[in-house]
Amino acid sequence: MLAFLLKRLLNAAFVMLAVALLAFMIFRFFGDPVEMMVNEQATQSDRAELRERLGLNDGLLTQYVRFVGNAVQGDFGISYRNQQDVMVLMAERFPATFELVIVATVLSLLIGIPCGVLTAVYQDRKLADGLQLASIVGVSLPSFVVGILLILVFSVTLGWLPAFGRGDTVDIGWWSSGFFTPSGRAALILPSISLSLFQITLVMRLVRAEMLEVLRSDFIKFARARGLPLSVVHWRHALRNCLMPVITLTGMQIGNLIAFALVTETVFQWPGMGLLFIQAVTFVDIPVMAAYLMLVSFIFVLINTLVDITYAYVDPRLRSDASVKGGVANGH
Amino acid sequence: MTDDVLVVEDLRVEFPTRKGVLTAVDGVSLSIKRGEILGIVGESGAGKSMTGMAVLGLLEPPGRIASGKIWLSGQRIDQLSDDELRVLRGKRMAAIFQDPLTSLNPLFTVGDQLVETIRQHLSVGKDEARQRALDLMSEVGIPAPTVRIDHYPHQFSGGMRQRVVIALALCAEPELIIADEPTTALDVSIQAQITGLLKRLCKERGMAVMLVTHDMGVIAETADRVGVMYAGRLAEIGEVEALVKTPRHPYTVGLMGAIPSLTGDVKELSQIPGNMPRLTDIPQGCSFNPRCSRHVDRCFVEVPELSHSGVACWSVDEERRS
Repeated sequence: MLAFLLKRLLNAAFVMLAVALLAFMIFRFFGDPVEMMVNEQATQSDRAELRERLGLNDGLLTQYVRFVGNAVQGDFGISYRNQQDVMVLMAERFPATFELVIVATVLSLLIGIPCGVLTAVYQDRKLADGLQLASIVGVSLPSFVVGILLILVFSVTLGWLPAFGRGDTVDIGWWSSGFFTPSGRAALILPSISLSLFQITLVMRLVRAEMLEVLRSDFIKFARARGLPLSVVHWRHALRNCLMPVITLTGMQIGNLIAFALVTETVFQWPGMGLLFIQAVTFVDIPVMAAYLMLVSFIFVLINTLVDITYAYVDPRLRSDASVKGGVANGH
Repeated sequence: MTDDVLVVEDLRVEFPTRKGVLTAVDGVSLSIKRGEILGIVGESGAGKSMTGMAVLGLLEPPGRIASGKIWLSGQRIDQLSDDELRVLRGKRMAAIFQDPLTSLNPLFTVGDQLVETIRQHLSVGKDEARQRALDLMSEVGIPAPTVRIDHYPHQFSGGMRQRVVIALALCAEPELIIADEPTTALDVSIQAQITGLLKRLCKERGMAVMLVTHDMGVIAETADRVGVMYAGRLAEIGEVEALVKTPRHPYTVGLMGAIPSLTGDVKELSQIPGNMPRLTDIPQGCSFNPRCSRHVDRCFVEVPELSHSGVACWSVDEERRS
């Protein structure tokens, strides 16, 4: 298990280095940073001094190493636009996005998995047909349309839930959470539904397909021959064998959700990283863009690594520790 | 009749398909006593597994029992609902399937699966169920059960895995075990161990065993009586020894001729010409008639019934009468 862990971590580190190279290149391709930072009255010597101070006269490799070194310490420089430390800006916005994505993911699993099992088990009932139909709608509707519709119905017409913002937040250390105030929770509902709708249908369809496959297998037939009730056969034996791809999908999709959150955050004016990024793009605020890229990639890589490790936990066959292999050898 | 654990009478299993209704099992009658092993032998698609699944109530839809009666220790079970059958399954009748590799859920330890089955059928606590699981494991010959109980199926060899499957079948002391090709996926030396184990358990516990296989060798070694199936019907049924030594139905004669002998100096194995008919085009009369060398006129018109002596063949019938 240790060797497996080490290998995965090394892989992750290489991927991050490659992403860092990309983020680093942005600075070179989006024009001269000095030109963007100084005002028009700056003299040539001012510019040269700034260039020297920023280390832009050093070799590329030196600059890259310095960039990575700073990034590892969480230092992405100063935002061009509001002259604030980029990492501080990110840290302010990150909890909002993270809470939104987590709630959306939990929703998608809590709703998607049971719906998937039901549609697979009761294949020939009306309920299953209805859910299937609903899932097609869910897959096809773009998330900004869903968001706008939700706002129209629940905020404008019914007036039940807020249409924008995050409500009141509580600070726990540097983390500002919306979970602990009524207005924070109310504000979470619409954005997270809008963000998770696509995800719910994805999980549901995946679970359904996997279930149909697993239900045909011998061990399901044998479980029935052992006299286990259908509920146990379906929800314990069959479902657990469907969870691997669901874990993969969920893991991969958390990354996607953070990216998709950009749209949802714009629709609901949710003060998260996505909104920050959109603003950064408008103002060619490169340090913020680079930091966003690095941070999102880091989350992607982190999640993928965690998913791989979870695999090993859920499926004992993937645990590569010696005792398992030994078990096969002395099997007779 | 009182000693009969399983009685099947005129069982007919049908599969409604778009091309019409296929009859997978047709007019099969048989019985198994306590402590008896009845072998069911035949080619693939002869309906032997279907017969077993019909008894267990595990026919895959759209397959269904179209007619016939099944009794388990005197209780009629062919008309029970799914739930009522579910209560019987595992408790009074158990199954062993062909491939021990795929019969066990790979994500649960064998202990989990044993305890789960035991607690499903017997009202015992966790510890008691685990103790019983350990006992069962040692009874079926799994060494070091206290260690092995917490292992996953993939940590067992094929033979050991089939022993686990047998232990699972034994959880609630069933009266009847339906073993569907229990040794087919195993290599020969392990086969003998598993059939030996089945035989011992059957005698010791007075269970009735239906041993479904295509391997005449396994039948000859293990079974007390044997039924030969062909195209969904029983061709011949009788004591193993008599049937192996003096087969009467032309199909059984052909089967026996096709078994290589270790002692005899046989130059060439005989084979039965042709193939078993598909379910979609079973010939009129005796379904074996296109391949039979002894057919008489009646074979093409009328389906032969199983006689009291246990053969379904017009030619044998005429011979005996003359």
